[in-house]
Parts: sequence; structure tokens; C-alpha cells
Amino acid sequence: MTNATASAPVSHRILQALGGVAKARETGILVALVLVVIAATAKNPNFLFSTDGFRDLLLTPSILLLVAVGQAIVIITRNVDLSVGSTLGLTAYLTGRLFIDIPGIPIVLVFLIGLLFGGFLGLINGALIAFAKVPALVITLGTLYIYRGINVWWTGSDRINASDMPKDFLALGTKTLLYIPVLTIIAVVVLIAAGWYLRNQRAGRELYAIGSDPAAAHLYGLKVTQRVLVAFVVCGALAGLAGVLYSARYGTVNSQAGSGFELEAVGAAVIGGVAIFGGSGTVWGAAIGAYLLFTINRALPILGVPDFWQRAVVGVLIIGAIVLDRLLALRQTRKLTEARDND
Amino acid sequence: MTETTTATVKIARSYRDYSAPLWRRVLLTRESAVIAALLIVILVASLSVDHFASPITMTYLLLDITPILLIALPMTFVIITGEIDLSVASTVGLSSVVLGTLHQGGMPIELAAVAALVVGALGGAINGFLITVVGLPSLAVTIGTLALYRGLAVGLLGTTAVTDFTEFWKDLAKSKIGDTGVPSVMILFLVLAVLFAVLLHFTRFGRGVYAIGLSPEAALFSGVRVQRTKFILFVLTGTVSALAGIYYTLRFGSARGDNATGLELSVIAAVLLGGVSIFGGRGSLHGVIAGVLLIGTLGSALRLASVTSDVINIITGLLLVASVVSTSVLAWLGKRRARQGNTARNAPAAPQ
Amino acid sequence: MLFHTTTRKSRLARVGSVTALALSVALVATGCAGGGDDGGSGGGGDGDLSITFVPKNLGNAYFDTSDKGGEEAITEFDGTYDEQAPAEGTPDGQVSFINTLTQQGVGGLVVSANDPTAICDALNEARDAGVKVVTFDSDTDPECRDIFINQADAEGIAKVQVDLIAEQIGDAGQIAILSASANATNQNLWIDLMTEELEANHPDIELVETVYGDDDDQTSFDKTAALLQTYPNLKGIVSPTTVGIAAAARYLQTSDFKGKVALTGLGTPNQMRDYVEDGTVTAFALWNPADLGYLAAYAAKALIEGDITGEDGDEFEAGKLGSYTVGADQTVLLGDPFTFNADNIGDFDF
Repeated sequence: MTNATASAPVSHRILQALGGVAKARETGILVALVLVVIAATAKNPNFLFSTDGFRDLLLTPSILLLVAVGQAIVIITRNVDLSVGSTLGLTAYLTGRLFIDIPGIPIVLVFLIGLLFGGFLGLINGALIAFAKVPALVITLGTLYIYRGINVWWTGSDRINASDMPKDFLALGTKTLLYIPVLTIIAVVVLIAAGWYLRNQRAGRELYAIGSDPAAAHLYGLKVTQRVLVAFVVCGALAGLAGVLYSARYGTVNSQAGSGFELEAVGAAVIGGVAIFGGSGTVWGAAIGAYLLFTINRALPILGVPDFWQRAVVGVLIIGAIVLDRLLALRQTRKLTEARDND
Repeated sequence: MTETTTATVKIARSYRDYSAPLWRRVLLTRESAVIAALLIVILVASLSVDHFASPITMTYLLLDITPILLIALPMTFVIITGEIDLSVASTVGLSSVVLGTLHQGGMPIELAAVAALVVGALGGAINGFLITVVGLPSLAVTIGTLALYRGLAVGLLGTTAVTDFTEFWKDLAKSKIGDTGVPSVMILFLVLAVLFAVLLHFTRFGRGVYAIGLSPEAALFSGVRVQRTKFILFVLTGTVSALAGIYYTLRFGSARGDNATGLELSVIAAVLLGGVSIFGGRGSLHGVIAGVLLIGTLGSALRLASVTSDVINIITGLLLVASVVSTSVLAWLGKRRARQGNTARNAPAAPQ
Repeated sequence: MLFHTTTRKSRLARVGSVTALALSVALVATGCAGGGDDGGSGGGGDGDLSITFVPKNLGNAYFDTSDKGGEEAITEFDGTYDEQAPAEGTPDGQVSFINTLTQQGVGGLVVSANDPTAICDALNEARDAGVKVVTFDSDTDPECRDIFINQADAEGIAKVQVDLIAEQIGDAGQIAILSASANATNQNLWIDLMTEELEANHPDIELVETVYGDDDDQTSFDKTAALLQTYPNLKGIVSPTTVGIAAAARYLQTSDFKGKVALTGLGTPNQMRDYVEDGTVTAFALWNPADLGYLAAYAAKALIEGDITGEDGDEFEAGKLGSYTVGADQTVLLGDPFTFNADNIGDFDF
């Protein structure tokens, strides 16, 4: 039994890799997504095949995608960030205000400021959680209130109108490059970067370790505080970027922008296979989960179900996802125990 | 053995050295701090805010926070065991919708209310089943049921509101005890509060709840039926949330799928403010009630002073964050001082 | 570890810091209260011209204009103006504001109701406490208020929108309605009348669905997208709410359906100017919301000062608008709806 594995034929290895992909949690969600799209398109070809339909299909979920990716990173470290919706709303309003108060400000600068501002809000969360060792649930619950309150206070009874913002910025909301909306491209680029980082960079992989067992990670010498802090900063920054995209897409921003997004983001991550107890899951899964949620929302009316039932469907999906994860984990444990016992 | 040790061996410290006098034990607790804060806020508000010190203020205040008061009672239990239930507001909405649709469909309101309670209990049972039997983490499950129950509520009624309820029940929900300005629903709350307090502090079940929060394994081996206790707690939470939903519907006279959205955050904020530890194992009902009253009174006073609701939300958030961080910071300070004290005390004695 | 053996000092410190925190919060509250007190009013009653506007929700351009009109009137007769509303257009949101205003004992309330019956009890409690209640734009049941200021005759509002859409789609085809919130009194009344008008006079027009945007911009935007996806043969959309028509126009402007699907309804000229100029929208209707608010404020003043009691036939002065008479059901009519199109939209600024 020396080096049999080293000389396994290439075809065998490819099959193994394919098998791994097929069994991956994310593939299941992807299949579900494809099924939903097929069902809706069968009923009404415009869902997929009209320019508007295809564009909207890719465009609207991309905002949630960014937030879900950030949320996944935080959940992987065994925390949760409930303030992302408020961060998104605050940044969206900031974006509008920047355009109104500083006419002629370059759009790239606005994107940068949005990212930094979101990152700053995330830093506050991360600092409180990492240094004061308080559960993330409670802190982000508090900052959800605080950021939303600041948003409403700042907004007053105003709102940002689409006419207040430069046309090129709003055009970003619907412009397409080879039929793919620009906003989606931005979101996908971020997704690829995050996915690569989490898988291939040590700092990224350490997040998984911290989520699996924080005490062991600490004993092992990982810089737990620093990593958790960075995770929250990234999550906030992504929510900030999503806020900028939101104002580009919708044009009008009032004080309620983004409310409810945090639970959708957590739902998307959970459906996408990110375990709520941390330590497993990928941002790809969260992204597909985000797409699945929004696509179901759009597909329901076409399939004849009043879209009022959308939230119920989301709830069933979330519960189904975590039950499925639990069953898979139990089966895994049983298999490993058997393997250990049989050796 | 020529020389008897002249230096007397220090006697090991006895329990009496550690115990604090009764007044200290009662007054210097987290809960007392919250009660003190509540009294201070009431005092300051009565003096500086116009119209605050009048019976109608208390009436509106109590009417407004009754749902939070009601739900905070079982939520305290749930958080003490180390779990959490985020689906309470959705259960309120669902029971509100059930009450509305059944009543609109011709059922007498009493029966519809009972049906709503059953629906709430069922919702709690589903939560409990998924958490205790299937073994899922409560945060994830209740996020899922939050979406599911709210979705059912909105799905059943759309965004229409049923507003056609019999005057008798609507008036009863808002009626006051005699001339005092205290709403009659407070009687209901007080009865429930006494029941829950007895359950928590004077029964084996309650002791089991604390034990589970401190260490589920130790509790299990001590004979506490952990799974059954948690299941019962979630069913209780569901039922009381449904009760709060019935009250909410009758008070506002409108059953809507979106009723009480976001209420769970207020409940959890109040419970945590009231001294219940999010890690489980610590907390008591009087602190929680004081916490709910504190947030409610602060909100009412600020609203009367024409401070906008967003500032009120900012303050609620700050209070929540500060209360939890301060516990952590103080514990850290305490540990540091204890460590320094220890090193001083445990300095090796000079060799004889 | 059932007994928390912390040292006395740390427990004292803990209590101390939490109390200090509470104290500081209370002080902040006092500070705010002190500042806010200047705006507070005395008890209600004759001559107390503190009037608060309670529109359906905040951040709504239509109500911004109407409430500014009210503010202008109130400044004219030296009263005190305030505006309070929930962020979302829900009935229970309004109830808590109405309760607070009752406690503060303002002189008059001017409300646009999110639901005809849900806020009734709160309004009646206010009236019992001596506050005068005027509804405008969206009414409640007549027993809960003293006077209703109606922008225009409901049948007229319904008819003008039906006429506009019929004209724009050639009097045949599928249309849909994008409304505000599902319980809004005014929109529901107009939708009922529109349906009747369609059945009576436009048999070739089919109303396929009514969707609710809740007067929220994002929701209305998404609902428009969903409508266009679900009904590929849709020829027109009617939106009897300014938030809805603005959001729908914005979606149409960047979609394939621009120019192919007609859009009309009730909108404000400032929000719609872009869309009229580039052809997304041909024509829409409204009245002057500023006048509506102005008239409502003067009606409240007349009630507070005891000039009128809201009975049929009562007359009162409304500043620059002249004098008005109360009609049946304690209702005052402002005027007729006005149609805006590319020719005249440049003349208005609201």
C-alpha cells in the first residue's frame, strides 16, 4: 500500500473531482436555481429570453449577492452581522448626498467612499465583538438600531430622488456589457476575489479554523481577534458597496432603504450551505443562495402563486437547508465512525 | 519539634468572609441598576417633559409596551437556557392574521382567539421540535421560522388589513381599571408574570432552566430533562406570542400580515438590558420587566418631548450595546484586579 | 457556579457604571427634552392654533408639498406647525403618533388616513381631549373626524385617469393598476370607481391585476417589473399614487417597454417632468397638493376658533383661496383634477 494513489490515472482523478463537485452542497442549490428558472421560462418565455427579463434576472439579485458574500464570511467565523441592512441604507443615502452636495464628484471616488464608510461601520462592530468578547448577535442587533436611527435622523423627511444623481451613475444601474449588467459584473468580480481568498490564502482558511473551534484556533496560535475584526470590516465594506449599487439601481433612496436585507442575507448564506455554527460553507453557495431567493421572488407570480407567499417559501427553504445540512452532517459522522471502527 | 510556629497559620477563609449582607445582595445587582435607572428616568421625565406626569401617559405607555412585556416573560426563560427565539414577532403577526381571517369568515371572536392561540402553540412546537429532536441550532431555526410564519401571515392576507372587530373586545383591550389610568390588560400581564416568576424561582422546572443554561451536559446528568424543558419553553413562547398578537390586533383594531414586524428585536433588547446573560444561566424576571419599562418609558418621554423616533431607536441601540459591553468590560477589569490580588496574596512566604 | 462570587468592589463598580450610564442617558434625554420643550404646546382648547400634520408616511413628495402648503397657511395666521408621520404607510404606525399628539394636547390634527377604521379610536380619543380632527386626501369613517377636505370629487378623479389611459391605448387592451397600500381609503375608492367606469363605458379594456406598491419606491419599482414580466400583452398601467407612478416611470424609462406600454395616473410635475419630456409618459393628472394642505390648515383653524363646527352649510375663510362651504358628510371640496402633459408641465413647480 505504498504509493498506489500517486499513480492514479488522470481519468480517475477527473472523475473523483467531478464526483466531488456533484456531491457539493452548492451544486444542489445551483440545480434548484436552474429548475426554478426553467419552470418560470416554460410558463412565460419572457422571463429569460427577453432583454429586460434576462437583465433583471441577473441584475436585481446582485445587490443581495454582495451582502450575502460578506455575511457568509462573518458566519464562517461563527458570528453573525445583523446590521448589514442598516449599513446598506446609510451608505446608499451617503452616496446620494455626496452627489448632491459635491457636484461633479467622480463616480469612482463615490464607490471608494462607500466601501470605506461601510468598512468603517463594520470596524465598529468588529472592534466591539473581538475586543469586548460580546456575542455578535447582540452587538449587531444594537448597531442595527443605531445605524438605522442615524439614517432616519439624517434623512429627516427627505429622500434622494433619481433626478438628483448624475445620469452616468444611474446608467450604471441598467447598463449591460455583452448582455450582462455592469452591476452583476462588479458583484461577480467581488465574489471571485472573495472565493479565491477564502480558499487559497492562509488568512482566508484561518477563518474556517476560527469558526470550527475558536478555542482550538486560539491555542494553535491563530490571531483570532485580528481575523474576526477583518471579517467584520470586509462584511461592512461589502454592505457599503451594495449600498452604492442600490442607489445606482433604484435611484430613489429613502430612510428605509435596505431594511430587512440582513435576514435575507443570512437566509441566502444558510440556504447556500454556510453552516450557522461556522466553519464550513463557501461564498459561492451564499451567492447562489442569493440568486435563488430573488429568482423565486420573481418566478412566483409567473407560476401563478401570488408573490405574497414569497416569504413563506424562503422560510421553508431555510429550514429545509439546515435540516438537510444536519442530516448530511449526521451521515458524515456515522460514516467516519464506521471507517474508524473498521480500520 | 522544638519550636512551635509562632506565626499562626492563617485560617482558611470561611463562607462568611465571602457572603455579603442581605441588603448588599439585593440592592447591588444588575437588576437593581436597571430598576434604579428606570426610576431616575421617570423622575427626570416627570420634571422636565411637559405632559409626562399625567395618567394618560401611563395608559398609552402601558398599552404600547404590553406585547413586549408579555413576550419578554417566556423569552427570559429561553435566553437563560442559552437558546434564542427570533420568530416571536412573526408568531404575533400570524396569530393576528388568523384572528382576523377567521373572524371575518364569520367565526365568533372568542373561538377565533382560541384558534390563534393554538396556531401560536403549534408554531412554538415546530420550533421546539426542530431544535430539540432534530438538533438544529436555535438561531438558524428561528430565522427560518421567522420568515416562514411571517410569510404565512402575509400570504394569507396579502397586505390588506382586517379592521372589522366588535367594539366590545376592542374597548376591552383598551379599557382601564376604574379611574386609575392603568389598562386592564395589566391584570392579565400581572397574572402571567406571577405564574412565570413562580415557575422560574420556586419550581424544579425553573431550577432546571438555569442548570441547562450553565451547562447542558451537567444538567442532563443531574436528571434535568433538557430536551423536554426546552421544548416546553418554545411552546410557551409561541403561545404567549399568540396572546400578544390577539391583544395587538384588538388594541389597534387592525389585523395585518405585517403587524409587529421587528418586535423580536425590542423584546431581546429589553431582556438583555434587564440583566439576562446572552450566554445563558443568569437572569431574573424583575430585571427584565424593569428593562422593558425602561425602554418604554424612555421612548414615551422622548416622543412627548418631540424627539423623533429615530433618535429613540439610536438610544435603544446604544443602551443595548452599552449594557452588554459594560458587563464584559467590568468582568475583564475584575479578572485583572483578581489576578493582581492573587499574585500579591500568593507570593511565596519567606522560608522559615 | 450558582453563586456568583465576584468581589464586592467589582460588583459595586459594575452597578456604579451601569447607573452612571443610565444617568447620562437620562441627562441626554433631558437635554433633548429641554430643547424640544420650546416646541411643545400648552393644553388644547379655544385659540390654541398648534396644528400638526399627520400624512400617510414620511419621505413622500406629494405630502411634502401638501404639508408645506399647510405650513404656509399656519404661518399666515400665526399658529404653530408640526409634521409627524411613520416611515411606512401602516395604520398602527399612525396611531402611536396620534396618541402622542393627544397627550401633548395640540389644538388640531390634520390626517391623511392609512385605513378608514383602524385609526378611528385614536382619533376619537383625541377629539374627547379637545383636539380638532381634520382629514385630508384620504378619509376615515365620518364618525371619527370633524371635517374632510377632499381634493376633488372621487368620481371625477377616477374618470380622468380612465379617460387618459383609454385615450393612450386606443380604448382596447389589457391594463393593470399599481396602487399604494392595500388599505388606503382614497386609492381603494378610486379603484372601485375606475372599475365601474371601465365596465360601463370601456368594454374592450381588461383590468388584469391590481398590485400594491405600499407607497414605497423600491416595492413599486419591483412590482412594475413583475407586472411587465407576467403580462406580456399589457398595454397600460394606471397608478393613482404619486410614488407609484414615479417608480413605474423610472422603470419604464430604461426598459424595452418604453413607448409600448402607456403609463398614467396621479403624479407631481416635478417628479414626472423628465419622463414626460422623453416620452415615457404622455399625460397624467393631479390637483395642487399645496392648496389642499393650505385649505386643510384653514379648516382646522376655523374649527379651533369655533367659527364652524363642521356641519353642512358652515362657511369659513381660507386665506388666499377664498371662502369655502362645508358640504354633505362634513366634506369640503377643493376643486377639479388637472391634466398635465408636455405642453404645460414646464409651468409648475411642485
